[in-house]
Amino acid sequence: MRYLVTLQVNRTSYPVELEVGRTLLSVLRGELGLTGSKEGCDDSECGACMVLIDGRPVNSCSYLALQAAGRQITTVEGLASGTKLHPLQQAFLEHGAVQCGFCTPGMLISATALLAANPDPTEDEIRAGLSGNLCRCTGYVGIVAAVRSAAAELANAD
Amino acid sequence: MRRVTTRATPPSPIGESVPRRDGIAKVTGAARFTSDLSVPGMAWAKILRSPYPHARISSIDTAAALALPGVIAAVSAADLADVELYYGHALADHPLIAHGVVRYGGEPVVGIVAEDPATAEEALALVSVEYDPLPVVTTVEAALAPGAPILHEREAEQRPQRGFEEAIERDHPNVCSSSTQRWGDIDAAFAGADLVVEGDFRYPISYAYAMEPYTAIAHWSDGGLTVWSSCQHPFMVRDDLARCFHLPLSAVRVIVPYVGGGYGSKSYTKIEPLTAALALRADRPVKLALSIEESILTTRGDGAVVHIASAFDGDGRLRGRRAEILLNTGAYAENSPLVGRKAANRICGPYRIPAVDVTCRAIYTNTSPASSFRGFGAPQGIFAGESQMDEAAERLGIDPLEIRRRNVVRPGEALWSKARGMDADLDADLLLAADALAWDTPARPGRGRAICISASDAGSEPVTTSLLRVHADGSVTVTVGSTEIGQGSSTVLAQIAAAEMDLPLDRVHLLQSDTTAASYDRSTGASRTTTLVGLAIQAAARDARSQLLEWARDALAGGGTVEPAKGGVLVAGVHHDWGAIVRAWFAGAGGEVVGRGYLRRAGSMTAMPPFWEIGCVGAEVSVDEETGQIRVERLVTVGDVGCAINPQLVESQDVGAAIMGLGIALSEELVYTPEGSLLNGNLVEYRVPRASDIPPFTAILAERGDGVGVYGAKGGGEGALNPVAAAVANAVRRATGIRLHEAPFTPERVWRALRERDPGREGDG
Repeated sequence: MRYLVTLQVNRTSYPVELEVGRTLLSVLRGELGLTGSKEGCDDSECGACMVLIDGRPVNSCSYLALQAAGRQITTVEGLASGTKLHPLQQAFLEHGAVQCGFCTPGMLISATALLAANPDPTEDEIRAGLSGNLCRCTGYVGIVAAVRSAAAELANAD
Repeated sequence: MRRVTTRATPPSPIGESVPRRDGIAKVTGAARFTSDLSVPGMAWAKILRSPYPHARISSIDTAAALALPGVIAAVSAADLADVELYYGHALADHPLIAHGVVRYGGEPVVGIVAEDPATAEEALALVSVEYDPLPVVTTVEAALAPGAPILHEREAEQRPQRGFEEAIERDHPNVCSSSTQRWGDIDAAFAGADLVVEGDFRYPISYAYAMEPYTAIAHWSDGGLTVWSSCQHPFMVRDDLARCFHLPLSAVRVIVPYVGGGYGSKSYTKIEPLTAALALRADRPVKLALSIEESILTTRGDGAVVHIASAFDGDGRLRGRRAEILLNTGAYAENSPLVGRKAANRICGPYRIPAVDVTCRAIYTNTSPASSFRGFGAPQGIFAGESQMDEAAERLGIDPLEIRRRNVVRPGEALWSKARGMDADLDADLLLAADALAWDTPARPGRGRAICISASDAGSEPVTTSLLRVHADGSVTVTVGSTEIGQGSSTVLAQIAAAEMDLPLDRVHLLQSDTTAASYDRSTGASRTTTLVGLAIQAAARDARSQLLEWARDALAGGGTVEPAKGGVLVAGVHHDWGAIVRAWFAGAGGEVVGRGYLRRAGSMTAMPPFWEIGCVGAEVSVDEETGQIRVERLVTVGDVGCAINPQLVESQDVGAAIMGLGIALSEELVYTPEGSLLNGNLVEYRVPRASDIPPFTAILAERGDGVGVYGAKGGGEGALNPVAAAVANAVRRATGIRLHEAPFTPERVWRALRERDPGREGDG
């Protein structure tokens, strides 16, 4: 049994025909060609597949695509405005928060949700907020610095 | 970041933290990894794995799987008579799919190719395999016991052509390889000692956990084979594929897109021969994307049991060191013979020791195959050796920093006969770490501090090439066989090429890791890329410049005088840039000059190792005596890298390596039962550090221009992992009085050691 639904991803509508059991991650990557969200552990442990659903961070590997119909989905591809990077993306580049890049999309999504909920987080709050996203390259030091810097940047922009 | 620099100022953009070349692609989601790729007509593979750790396969029936609509092929060893099944760069002992026997739980037995992954998965359940279980060994002690089951009945083909200078000795059928380091009169050294410390140490079976699981796509076309793979050493993989499928090297193309983490775990060949075999039988391009659980079963780090004794004079000077290291190497050799060699070399630390007698044997067991893992034999032995330095200091009443200062070799001094002299100032490194820990002021009550140091014979074999093409507009394409695995080689190598050609960085582009289109490099490991590939690029740039000078003389000066100038030449006082020379020589708008760079064991690369990689780490800890939980209060790294081509990237490597070391020190261990079951082969129960686990960190870069590489550079990125477990253990000793002999230092192990210290204490039993 397949269902015809419309997914709203990064402010674009995608009509797709889906089996019930398809995960959002497999549809984003397989059907829509949005491969920025990564398939790491496929078990909600690593956070590499994280996307925003109505602003809430979700491991898309463990979320059914049909559940996402009618909601606003944001992936890493939707963070920048055209060629202008989001302040978090810019801060990740400036603070050495990127190495192999496999965790980066999910980490950016998680950080976006964190700053939306808490625009001025302490370092401990950042560490707690990102503890659902694993990174094996950076030791997190650059990532935490980047989130702090982006928070300041966003506060100044307001 | 703190930088301590005594080297000469290099040309721009060397020494500048320019943005990562791959940064924008990686923060926008545009970067393509192997798992993101597909090929038209591609089918999907899934692997049926052995539920037994050791068994004979008595029958395989794939008829029901093949009858499932959408299944294209079901492949076992019996279907691959035309393929050389056994690969391995040290010992060709590893069948690409189980061949009559399975030697570890999770070994591939049957591969299914189907139109989509779900169908392939469904078909796995329809395959029927019958096994006759065999006795199992999972520890080195059990594998060497009398009457132990023998894993490899046939002697594997030894492949010494890949840099193994000594024969692999096997004094027991379960010994995969044996390495020794011996010099001096060891008996006299111990007989005349004022102090001998002796003990046993255990280092865990660890997992590198690259976040991107092993993934490969194989496509047979035009009489050849193309493989896209998440691997570190494309040329090594090419060589194994050519051998397995009886192809010339030129018919095999291995392409490496962005790699989601390696840390050694993607060194050498993994799933590529299996993927290519499945594609051959399916007659379709095939993608094999493992899960993390399957990746854990594919490669892990060597566990170690170390018996070690160190002899000292009364003033703390080392007289001798004896050690026997047993590596739990798992079912197949993979790279463990080399890990064993390095473990034997590195357990001596960076110390002047008059007599040494070290043996390291890599032992086959019915566990997943061990191979390279960042640090590569060093952390296993350094944990033991550096624990003994503190133990000796304590018993002799010498400060632990001071005992190291008395024993480290001086700049230029060789650790062993014929080795390259020490290209680092170890005493100065120790003092930098001490300063960052405020060593001269007493630690707060309940806290302990330690500083540990290691030296690794790094760089691997100096076999590297590069081509540098200067185009008609003066821009440059550099080809190298080295892989961008996140360490930043695509940025650092471009910086070197830009500096060598006097060009702005945006005029230089790199093509990496494509065995047909890029030039040869042996491997991406052993912290070698900046040093060895950097030198090859420098040689290629010099070759290109020399040709351009000739061409300018010929085409612009009528055979007359040409003066070299920045970014070009001067002819009669007029500057011509590289592009103008190319255009003039070809008398048109096009053309290019090709500069060649070769690096081999000659000239500055005659003495081995190519460079010494230093690990210098300080730690301050406290311990919750009720729970046994260690809290690391501060971690310090000193990156002794000669010249940091891109300081931010070097610092990131040191931090990442140290935190990886901290994970192994505190929590990471793959646990096998004696029956061969892996108890925690997943990310829930194998716990890697999270953002909330990271201590305050001080990263120092020491740049003294003393490396063999360009501008005095030498390798980094692994060293900071090596001493971490020892530093934490020694700091815990100073905080609590307990001596830890087995990593990781889990709360349970620490709690038990605390109870042993205080036998009468409540909470016993």
